[in-house]
Amino acid sequence: MCGILGIVAAQPAAPELQQARLAAMAARLFHRGPDAEGFYCQGVVGLGHRRLSIIDLEGGAQPMQTPDGALCVTFNGEIFNFVELRQSLQTKGYEFASHSDTEVILHLYREYGLGFANYLNGQFAIGLWDNNQQQLILVRDRVGICPLYYYADAEQFIFASEIKALAPVLPQRLELNPAALDDIFTGWTCLPPQTIFQHIYQLQAGEMLVVKNPQQVTRQFYWQLDYPQHSAQYDGRAEAELVDELHHLLTDATAIRLRSDVPIGAYLSGGLDSSILVALMHRQIKDQLHTFSLGFTDPALDESAFQDRVVQYLGTQHSRRMIDYGQIAQALVKTIWHTESPILRTAPVPMGLLSQWVQQQGYKVVLTGEGADEVLGGYDIFKEAKVRQFWARQPASRWRPHLLTRLYPYMELPKGDASVYLKRFFGVGLETPELLWHSHLPRWQTTSKAKLFFSDDFVAGLHNSFEDKIQALFPPQAAHWHSFNRAQYLEINTLMSGYLLNSQGDRMLTQHSIEGRFPFLDHRLMEFANRLPPKYKMKAMREKYLLRAMAKRYLPADISLRHKQPYRAPNVAASQDALFNSDLADYLSVATCQRWGVFAPSKVGFLLQKARAAKALNTSEAQALTGILTTHILLDQFCSHRI
Amino acid sequence: MTANSAREQLRQFILNNYLFTDEQSALADDASFLDNGILDSMGILELIDFLDETFNVKVAGDELVPENLDSINSVLKFLATKN
Repeated sequence: MCGILGIVAAQPAAPELQQARLAAMAARLFHRGPDAEGFYCQGVVGLGHRRLSIIDLEGGAQPMQTPDGALCVTFNGEIFNFVELRQSLQTKGYEFASHSDTEVILHLYREYGLGFANYLNGQFAIGLWDNNQQQLILVRDRVGICPLYYYADAEQFIFASEIKALAPVLPQRLELNPAALDDIFTGWTCLPPQTIFQHIYQLQAGEMLVVKNPQQVTRQFYWQLDYPQHSAQYDGRAEAELVDELHHLLTDATAIRLRSDVPIGAYLSGGLDSSILVALMHRQIKDQLHTFSLGFTDPALDESAFQDRVVQYLGTQHSRRMIDYGQIAQALVKTIWHTESPILRTAPVPMGLLSQWVQQQGYKVVLTGEGADEVLGGYDIFKEAKVRQFWARQPASRWRPHLLTRLYPYMELPKGDASVYLKRFFGVGLETPELLWHSHLPRWQTTSKAKLFFSDDFVAGLHNSFEDKIQALFPPQAAHWHSFNRAQYLEINTLMSGYLLNSQGDRMLTQHSIEGRFPFLDHRLMEFANRLPPKYKMKAMREKYLLRAMAKRYLPADISLRHKQPYRAPNVAASQDALFNSDLADYLSVATCQRWGVFAPSKVGFLLQKARAAKALNTSEAQALTGILTTHILLDQFCSHRI
Repeated sequence: MTANSAREQLRQFILNNYLFTDEQSALADDASFLDNGILDSMGILELIDFLDETFNVKVAGDELVPENLDSINSVLKFLATKN
């Protein structure tokens, strides 16, 4: 990963002044690209780049111009099919001066204009200046792997890979966006184009912006997820053929993600997704593959035994970093500097500690299994939604809701007639199964309980409708999609894009200059998966059915048939030491609550009292405590002064 | 133990631990714990522990129904039958 930034000013600026502003922005992105820095200033435009050198170490410097100076690009990410695109462009007469994927972008734009993004297979945030048209084109990859933010007023349009890089050239200090906080306290992530800061926006996944001047910006989507609208549109091939196709696509998606001029490692959680990925990599890499994982001192969360089994079977060189509550408490403040967002559980922190571990061992790139659960149907929320749809067909049934207890065997329910309680906890929306976001209602209801801690003044000033924004995320044809596909769409466009790939993904990787690559998010594989009949994603209650069928070719049954275990990490909300005996305690004090006015000090006091009484906090309470803590950390770091 | 003191202790337990407030008006005596999202499944189990620890009342499996445990009034009514 690299860091990109740029300015389009309303009036031409003196080059030295423009470069000084770009340099101030670039300094904030050093961690994303410590290997080199570059700038381009021309009239109203300035582009900057911080480089993490991975492909064409000698020839890939950026910003990169065409020889005639008509085009200039700053680019974060990877174009994995650059070899094929390069060959194709060469047959059309284009000449290349480097072996980098960056140069491919320039020629591709010249050949196809704004349609160029459709040809890219990769993860990217691109800023491309067209000097002839006097326009800046900003593009973000199809699922939002690479972040891209912007701000505009009458004087300037500025963009960067992270919000902190915009700050030095903003006219004012950053301010909290209350509606975005309300979104996070509902669905874990704020909904694009908003961000947690007022007036700062993000490009959405699959979106392109054309900036003629700071006040003239047009937007379009070059790619969006789509699903069949009736059963005849699903892929009707036999199961064996579908397994072959998945095998072919995943093998190629992995192969092109191994293109690199530096060594590549892999994250290995011990679950199905990373295990199958490591198995595929193992066949394609000649040297011994290095795998990395997290282990937790809390045995309830630790998956070391499963990791060891895969390592033993595949013979990788494996490194594990053990994590305890103290390490998480210690790294939390720095983590929020990188997430640029409050978080409701501290699971991103260990991912940051893991990327540090990878960096210390000399690696810059890792492949991970991220995306398989969303694309191929692995999450419990999909099972839960399936049961709730089944139950909604006979809402009076007493036994249908009991399927939920099989799904959540650890859920503690009062004895007696549990169906009454299940109906209260999971029956939300039982009468409206056609609702586009029906699948996510119980999760949002649980998370929203954290809003109980908002202060009266904060609530009085809040104008937000999370559900209106969710409605706007769906295209009109979604009304005809299968309920399973709607749940997938929502999960990919909210939690995956905004949280898993961002707060827990890119930000935790790039803080230690590591690039993550995600074969399961290859758009060819996603388009294939979108056409799969839902039964091949979840057969009865068996998740990722087709992937398991494929995995049998590579892995023994105890690995390929292992049930999904969600990534769970120690949460500071469960640690008395972290809450009361560390530097974090100040962020939960009455004074801090009063200073920011977002949370009611008395309510936070009762919550802390409950935590101090050593009673286990329930899910909503733990999320609330983590949310309050990290909101205050964010405000202190970003909003208390000009950064 | 008077009915009033039991009501007070129960109110305080629910207010402090689930509504995180001392504001008496935040909880009506007939407000449903489940319909208003005040208690989840774990909360119900904690309420059962509280009744045992505070009032020495054991709740049998067949008594675990919302009619007995879903509001201040219903819990007090249930306690009265146990006493």
